[in-house]
Amino acid sequence: MGWFLVRGWAFLVYLFMFLPVAVVVLLSFNASQFGSFPMTGVSLRWFAELFSNEAILRAFRTSFILGLCTAMISTVLGVLASMALVRYKVPGRAVISMLLIAPILIPEVVLAVALLLFLNFLSLNKSFGMLLMGHVVFTLPFVVLVVQARLVAIKREYEEAALSLGANPVQTFFQITLPLMAPAIFAGMLFAFTISFDDITGTLFWKPGGVETVPTQIFAMLRNSISPEINALGTVMILLTVGLPLLGAAIARRMAGKINT
Amino acid sequence: MGTVTLENVSKRFGGFTAVHPTSLHIPEGSFLTLLGPSGCGKTTTLRMIAGLLDPSDGEIFIKGKSVNNLPIYKRNLGIVFQNYALFPHKTIFENIAFGLKYRGVSKQETARRVRDVLDLVQLPHVADRYPKALSGGQQQRIALARAIVIEPDVLLLDEPLSALDANLREDMRVELKRIQHQIGITTVFVTHDQSEALAMSDEIVVMSAGRIEQQGQPEAVYNTPATEFVARFLGASNVLPATTQVMAAEDIQVETNHFGRLVLPRKRAPQIEGEGRSQLIVRAEKVHVEPAGQTMDGAISVPGRIEAVDYQGQAVRYFVRVGDTQLQALNMIKEHPFEEGAEVSVNVRGWDCTLLPEAAA
Ligand SMILES: Nc1ncnc2c1ncn2[C@@H]1O[C@H](COP(=O)(O)OP(=O)(O)OP(=O)(O)O)[C@@H](O)[C@H]1O
Ligand SMILES: [Mg+2]
Repeated sequence: MGWFLVRGWAFLVYLFMFLPVAVVVLLSFNASQFGSFPMTGVSLRWFAELFSNEAILRAFRTSFILGLCTAMISTVLGVLASMALVRYKVPGRAVISMLLIAPILIPEVVLAVALLLFLNFLSLNKSFGMLLMGHVVFTLPFVVLVVQARLVAIKREYEEAALSLGANPVQTFFQITLPLMAPAIFAGMLFAFTISFDDITGTLFWKPGGVETVPTQIFAMLRNSISPEINALGTVMILLTVGLPLLGAAIARRMAGKINT
Repeated sequence: MGTVTLENVSKRFGGFTAVHPTSLHIPEGSFLTLLGPSGCGKTTTLRMIAGLLDPSDGEIFIKGKSVNNLPIYKRNLGIVFQNYALFPHKTIFENIAFGLKYRGVSKQETARRVRDVLDLVQLPHVADRYPKALSGGQQQRIALARAIVIEPDVLLLDEPLSALDANLREDMRVELKRIQHQIGITTVFVTHDQSEALAMSDEIVVMSAGRIEQQGQPEAVYNTPATEFVARFLGASNVLPATTQVMAAEDIQVETNHFGRLVLPRKRAPQIEGEGRSQLIVRAEKVHVEPAGQTMDGAISVPGRIEAVDYQGQAVRYFVRVGDTQLQALNMIKEHPFEEGAEVSVNVRGWDCTLLPEAAA
């Protein structure tokens, strides 16, 4: 009886969380003028309209470029930081590790304001570069966590064997360590991309005037009216931010399966 | 091929000394084993030779040249790790060819050498597989192949057989020795298994707590242990208190509590310089247990009683009570082993024993 209640509650909680999402997806196919029930028919009209809306397309492009750049930079930095922390006994490892992870623990608003104040202090203007920098700061911890966990699990002997066979440390890194880390690097990159793509809080603070990412664009649109286009946009976002990591996880699993250390 | 020389090499980890100053010379083409219990510093010593650890003090020479400042990837060594460390994302061919790539060996030559070395380790058909598709014993052979295909100056092996099961281990022991002999490579082998060491080595270095206890050929180390530690570590030994009484030109007479007066050849007591207290080492297989009343030529016979029997198939180990001491005896079984509680005669011959000064204990 007790367990039945617990299960019932859990079910309700999930329902409460996912029902709105389901409603958005459902309504995005609604043929009606208004972005709400009742459904008057199934159509792709709002998707068509979405893809002819210049502002939204621009926002998509911005988000993509921002996400890609963030993923690239975060991954490179994250891999380097992980190598330094795990493989080389840099002094103050614990502290550096803490600082790298900290952006996850600090509320994003605080982080956003802090970075803004810092740049003001340096009297720099808001720019795409600064937005990118912000995204890198708070996606880096995820990359570091994922890559570090993997690196710890890769036995030193593989690298030592490569060195003993005549590969220098750089060759060893590219021939042995990097390929063995690849699944984690790939996963970290996807994490960074989706987190950047999804982000709104930091982006609102950091973006220069006139630049919109998809989330800030939705936000802006919502302030005027609730167009059914937003439902369609939401559906696309859900597809991207849920689908990409799932796809990535599947690919990473296959890669790991082949390597299987 | 090359010699390896250690001059007063030591290693400290913080305040702990893992290897005390050690000097060692490994001649060209010979097979030297570092033997000792867990934690005695074997791996540490090997890793210093490999260049995976920097010595705290002292100097290491390979082929007569100091390598203290030479990084591992320039030392031209072949290393076989305990868990093989085959690159999991590369095929067997790529694994073996890995070292050749950094030596500017042509594609054709690489293919030929990989084929040859796969023949040498008797696995000609696995080139296209990944390591995880091989059994432990096969992976072991590939690890060896990868290490020797680069024609290293020295081959370093850290407990390479310990991950294999008992039967395979004995096969690989013979195999490894055959290959080493065939290519004549200077080899340093680390193990805590005395039978491996005795079977494979040209020279054994017995280590304990970061120090060399004894160095010598297997037979010498086995038959003439220099310390009580070595006597006890290599096979089962009985250690009995004794008193050296008469030193003649050829022989030494000792008095023991259990076997009375025994006569040993002097070469069995190289460290004994005068009369006085000493220790008599009697290997378990040199304690012969016979039916009560029976004696053996040239042996001192004393009565004893079997306290425990450890049956091993072709041999049997007895724990025999003689006076106030329990002795171990390892005997071949002639017909049936004695049973627990049997009254027997215990026989020891003087020339089978080794005499150590008491201080060496
Ligand atoms: N990196 C290290 N830091 C501190 N102590 C170490 C380190 N490496 C080894 N030691 C210590 O040095 C001693 C010798 O270690 P070593 O690995 O050489 O032993 P071993 O003879 O190879 O033993 P085993 O048979 O268990 O492999 C041990 O007491 C070990 O705890
Ligand atoms: Mg060891």
